[in-house]
Amino acid sequence: MSWHQKSVAQLSKALINKEISSFELSTYYLERMADSRNLNAYLDTLPELSLAQAKEADTLRAQGKAGPLTGIPIAHKDVFVSKGWATTAASKILEGYISPFDAAVVEALGMPSERHPHAAGMVCLGKTNMDEFAMGSSNENSAYGPVLNPWNTKCVSGGSSGGSAVAVAAGLAPVATGTDTGGSIRQPAAFCGLTGIKPTYGRVSRYGMIAYASSLDQAGPIGKTAEDCALLLSAMSFHDPRDSTSLTDSGEDYARHLHSSWSDKDQNKPLAGLRVGLPKEFYADGLSSEVAQALLVAKDALHSLGASVCEVSLPKTQLSIPVYYVLAPAEASSNLSRYDGVRYGHRAKEYSDLVQMYQRSRSEGFGEEVKRRILVGSYVLSQGYYDAYYLQAQKIRRIIAADFQAAFNQCDVILGPVAPDVAWNLGEKSKDPLQMYLEDIYTLSTNLAGLPAMSVPCGFSKGGLPIGMQLIGNYFSEARLLQVAHQYQLVSDWHLRYPAEVSA
Amino acid sequence: MKWEVVIGLETHTQLLTNSKIFSGASTQFGAAPNTQACPVDLALPGVLPVLNRQAVEHAIRFGLAIGATIAPASIFARKNYFYPDLPKGYQISQYEIPVVIGGQLEIMVGKELTVVQLTRAHLEEDAGKSVHENFTGPNGEPASGIDLNRAGTPLLEIVTDPVMRSAAEAVAYAKALHGLVVWLGVCDGNMQEGSFRCDANVSVRPFGQKEFGTRCEIKNLNSFRFLEEAINYEVRRQIELIEDGGTVIQETRLYDPDRQETRSMRSKEDAHDYRYFPDPDLLPLIISQEWIEEVRSSMPLLPATLREQWQTNFGLSAYDAQVLSQDRASANLFTELIDLLGASQAKLISNFITGELASALNRSNVAAVDMPLQAKQLSYLLRRLIDSTISAKIAKDIFAFMWEEALNGKEVSDVDQIIESRGLKQITDSAALGVLIDTVLQANTKSVEEFRAGKEKAFNALVGQVMKASQGKANPQQLNELLRQKLQSS
Repeated sequence: MSWHQKSVAQLSKALINKEISSFELSTYYLERMADSRNLNAYLDTLPELSLAQAKEADTLRAQGKAGPLTGIPIAHKDVFVSKGWATTAASKILEGYISPFDAAVVEALGMPSERHPHAAGMVCLGKTNMDEFAMGSSNENSAYGPVLNPWNTKCVSGGSSGGSAVAVAAGLAPVATGTDTGGSIRQPAAFCGLTGIKPTYGRVSRYGMIAYASSLDQAGPIGKTAEDCALLLSAMSFHDPRDSTSLTDSGEDYARHLHSSWSDKDQNKPLAGLRVGLPKEFYADGLSSEVAQALLVAKDALHSLGASVCEVSLPKTQLSIPVYYVLAPAEASSNLSRYDGVRYGHRAKEYSDLVQMYQRSRSEGFGEEVKRRILVGSYVLSQGYYDAYYLQAQKIRRIIAADFQAAFNQCDVILGPVAPDVAWNLGEKSKDPLQMYLEDIYTLSTNLAGLPAMSVPCGFSKGGLPIGMQLIGNYFSEARLLQVAHQYQLVSDWHLRYPAEVSA
Repeated sequence: MKWEVVIGLETHTQLLTNSKIFSGASTQFGAAPNTQACPVDLALPGVLPVLNRQAVEHAIRFGLAIGATIAPASIFARKNYFYPDLPKGYQISQYEIPVVIGGQLEIMVGKELTVVQLTRAHLEEDAGKSVHENFTGPNGEPASGIDLNRAGTPLLEIVTDPVMRSAAEAVAYAKALHGLVVWLGVCDGNMQEGSFRCDANVSVRPFGQKEFGTRCEIKNLNSFRFLEEAINYEVRRQIELIEDGGTVIQETRLYDPDRQETRSMRSKEDAHDYRYFPDPDLLPLIISQEWIEEVRSSMPLLPATLREQWQTNFGLSAYDAQVLSQDRASANLFTELIDLLGASQAKLISNFITGELASALNRSNVAAVDMPLQAKQLSYLLRRLIDSTISAKIAKDIFAFMWEEALNGKEVSDVDQIIESRGLKQITDSAALGVLIDTVLQANTKSVEEFRAGKEKAFNALVGQVMKASQGKANPQQLNELLRQKLQSS
């Protein structure tokens, strides 16, 4: 097995056993990245800086100061600000912007420092492409061009964390960070045959994460396996006093349940006692038959592991689209006001007064979809429309959250699709934003409710494109979700498959 | 037609905290531009606000002092608009639910005690400053600069109902509020540095009319004098406008102190739609009863409480009590002097502080808190007045002398020494007084005749003459008695 096919857990062992150094491993990945520029997964790389970190990681190991993730390379979504690499959120308006500080996530996973003596010591390979300001489901909204899906380079990667997903799927990083505001970790993970988790809102600090919709944004890892996600999430979770919405506990070891049974009901059936709920609204019109079929097989697999299956209802599923596309743009319209050309970022070359400076800088700097959402958001917050749109959407948001609680009275984990279908062709939906919005139907509601949810590979289409299943848990149940996914991955091999070129 | 003036005030008080309301940057005034602005204040990508607890405690303290409701849960909202000194493109403020609701403030307008109803007080962040004068851009041409040191400074915006009816009343309210926030230690009260600034909403209506007239808001008045001048100008402007057949347009106006007039800044038509909505980066501000009690237990004695005590224990008039409790320095001086001279001297002490001392402060343009003389020094002087060593007139002179010394940073002379060396002791010797009176009576036969003809005024004139002859040293009571005796007996 080549190095790039190994999981983080396997690489961790290899580093401990001195089969390879972090410097060698990082060099290996940097070479692969240089050979795969056509996929457009990375926006900024600084090999010297990555290798300096790798050397530092090797030194830490030599000094006996290495943790489980020390020296393992990682790619960060370009939404996390970083001191060395430029941070643009894939927007022209931030072209070349270098942050004077690291995002909390970058800091916690990076080299130990005075501020962060217990940082994980991972080596940053660079910043990954994404939809501009995380607005999109195909990564076609990047100002720096789309990311190509390694399973079929005519297809989209999914979004908005498309660069992170492709980096992992194409063997250009063992693992990557992503953010998920309406499905941006789960959907590209599903489209690229990967495992990804969006934790409970507040679990991972948003400090240094460029805000799209603050009440929905949440960071998480994208990796090959549930085990890798558990290792990463454990390192990403802590209380951060710089983020007022950060959970106040110090985080968990999310790998602690991986190897144990759900309950002690039946020793031969690791998931005995687990109740899996299938929302009837998820298995309805709009879901492709291939995805439905794959989910049926996955459900049977969970059942044979001992889980019981029941039908549940999430009646407001359809409303999650309009609710999301009112609330997220509303917050975005305000969050993106700081990109005004005054202090940093793009400023128009020519203008005659202040208003024109604002208008031109922002018109030139933002892409179409970002402008569309700023307009929608400004509209729904305007006097006279606020009650009808924003307030109404907030009310339905609470109902959606309550519906999930009702469902969790009947089940422990909800099983559904991540997306209605597999990855579509580049350009296929980019002319019709509404059609694109409909793709988020199964993922939006968990962000609205703040619940943790995962994407786990569960099959392939006839065309050879990956299919993902979604596991949704109640608040703070990440360790249990990862346990279910891990037990499933012990009896399935969807997550171990690679695109043809990557298998070589 | 007779017009009634209607005024409501919005006061921005800068809260006395070490760091900003949502960041750890210092709030110190006067630093070099942009040296006290951290990534949060600069609104760099990825930063988030974290609420300063001390700012909240100040708000609670103020709310308790005015008898307001402290909201158990208040919400921070975003007020969205573009301006170069507003880095995020929105100001974090409280909109629908403020932290302090209602409350009232007792004020003294002339000799009248009235109560001003407050609407609310809410927490918010200040913006930065645009620098338009004497600033050169990178290309060497005149340009506008931005100083973000002030961005994120905590403010408590205190809003009254439209209950005031004259500029004098508005100024009295502003002064009382200023005294209170300084008293509570929530604001340094420095108006030159902008720590305390008022916006006045002014309208006029015919007497007896129920509906309010159209109002104008005059922004950023940072002295009591400007507040008074601006309101008076604005009232005149509105009345003249209406009487000339015009109508007042709702607008924001600025006061130009050089020309002593207000002028239009922007009208309602081009008013912003601020698109307020709850800030998703901040949790609702939850204030528990325990927290409120904790703040309450650390509160200084409030002026209202002191006033009551003083009226009951020392028999002070409501007016005197109000004036003495206008600011904490005066109140402290009063209680210190009571301790030094005894409660029986309350009236004398009160008269001294509200009379001689107040006019000296006024004359020298010194705030009570910067009073150059100490209570002990003043007590020596007052003691000599009380024990009749010196007359009131002499006491005034000695005080003026001590004041000048203290103000000029000199060591203040010993009161007894001044009295001794200048021979300022009161004349209480009847024989000596008698000689003085006789001399005056001989020189003022006209007044003596008038007195005998029944003119009581003539008596006072004679007293004045004797006092003058004694260089102010005659004991007034003795002088009175002796003079009357002499006039009646001869």
